[in-house]
Amino acid sequence: MAESNSDRFPVVIDGLVKSYRKNAPPAVNLGERVEIGRGELFGIIGPDGAGKTTLFRMLATLVTPDSGTAFIEGTDIRSGYRKIRTLLGYMPGRFSLYPDLSVRENLDFFASVFGKDIDENYSLIGGIYDRLKPFEKRKAGKLSGGMKQKLALCCSLIHSPSVLLLDEPTTGVDPSSRRELWENLAGLKESGMTIIVSTAYMDEADRCDRVAMMKSGRFLTIDSPEDIISKFGKRLLAVRSDEMFRLLRDLRSMDTVSRCYTFGDSHHIVLKQGAGVTAGSIARELTERFSHTGVEVREAEATLEDCYMNLEEK
Amino acid sequence: MIDKGDNVIEVRNLTKKFGDFTAVDNITFEVHKGEIFGFLGANGAGKTTAMKMLTGLSFPTSGEGKVAGFDVWTQSELIKKHIGYMSQKFALYGDLTVKDNLDIFAGIYGVPPRQSGKRIAELLDRLSLAGERDTLVRDLPQGWKQKLAFSVAIVHKPEIMFLDEPTGGVDPSARRQFWELIYEAVDEGITAFVTTHYMDEAEYCGRISMMVDGRIDALDSPSALKRKYGAASVAEVFEILARGAKRQD
Repeated sequence: MAESNSDRFPVVIDGLVKSYRKNAPPAVNLGERVEIGRGELFGIIGPDGAGKTTLFRMLATLVTPDSGTAFIEGTDIRSGYRKIRTLLGYMPGRFSLYPDLSVRENLDFFASVFGKDIDENYSLIGGIYDRLKPFEKRKAGKLSGGMKQKLALCCSLIHSPSVLLLDEPTTGVDPSSRRELWENLAGLKESGMTIIVSTAYMDEADRCDRVAMMKSGRFLTIDSPEDIISKFGKRLLAVRSDEMFRLLRDLRSMDTVSRCYTFGDSHHIVLKQGAGVTAGSIARELTERFSHTGVEVREAEATLEDCYMNLEEK
Repeated sequence: MIDKGDNVIEVRNLTKKFGDFTAVDNITFEVHKGEIFGFLGANGAGKTTAMKMLTGLSFPTSGEGKVAGFDVWTQSELIKKHIGYMSQKFALYGDLTVKDNLDIFAGIYGVPPRQSGKRIAELLDRLSLAGERDTLVRDLPQGWKQKLAFSVAIVHKPEIMFLDEPTGGVDPSARRQFWELIYEAVDEGITAFVTTHYMDEAEYCGRISMMVDGRIDALDSPSALKRKYGAASVAEVFEILARGAKRQD
């Protein structure tokens, strides 16, 4: 049972269901049992309204499930909220700090709630907090987006939790700060912390040990990024021309193309099963039939983002 | 000011100071009519402050600027009427229907009633919202609210729309759908001024500027910037430029 396994699996999700409204489909509707290992970095991706935030809130003992349960370090979320809150760090997606308190006061407050001293656990947050040091006296409400995020992370770590829940921690954060955050998470994982993180960025999901794709309250797949990518199983081409928007429409009108979407400086096309075409024949068709100029077509390797774009079709 | 008729934004030495802190430091640039202009930079680089001056919400400390042909010093109310604005935290009236929201914003922007009916029907149709015209906005799924917020921002066919991180926190599929709305609006002649932290979206822009410590340190097409900095992607260009930042976030 979950209890005896709790050393290996600090988080066990067991058939969690939660509805907010009668007659509406449940926000979370997980039939299965999911065990998350110690030191695992577990990612959750999925569209808006998939149930990610509700799942986090249940794990953080802020929302009670209708049925099913979960265990944090062997403690049942339905009955053990006092214990669980000392074991858990939770960073909600929305700003969760006290805007009228200074940076330092926020940190002091969160430490004191758990009866901790900042110095005691400083090593956990040092790498992040050092960047905030020059602004210790500034009110949290006056910080820029990236700095708020850093402070919120420090506040969720200051009691040295064994499990960390991060609900879209990088929304509104610039690329350099995102990279820094993920370097910090790698360090926390190294120290044995178990981390569950939701994100809209596929390059971040790529850095997780396993990724759950969530939709309509359910996990559609749970796999390592490598396995998700290796199961892609479709032929992918990257296409460019001098008129990218028209190219998108033209590619979609082609019989051999099952799906076409923008992908940075190219468009990716997924070819229909058995479509007898080559990169060269697609390029010729675009040039001759659609009068595109500057056409480039090459075979492309699937990424996690391609898998996401195609998963949704099902 | 330079007098090129085909620029929707013209800015010369625009500066904004708060006390002894220079949030926007002497920026000079133009946005051409009909282009998608990506306004990039790290958190705290000065993008929001610059956008406030360009949308008529705050006055510069010094410098000159024209937006949609109107002066940022003397015609800020006219600027507001001729631009569209949408941010990630868009504001719609939840207790009103889709159609009523469009009606209200068309009225606020002074679209003549005879034209607004046609325009609203056209937008509802183009964004596949026609079936939802009498639905209360609070009952719409998030993705549709976003589409509606976009329609509201362009209901008066502004010369330029400012999109401030319109896709923050949005999943890969919905982000792409949103960008196709931008492309379509640009097709109809609206210029787009977009901020984003998604570097793949920066690749969709005609030209991008990179703000560092209140300055614009680079401005060109994505491909030209990649060549100049020997980078494989705009993400790399961003890292190279952001590394030079002195300002702490």
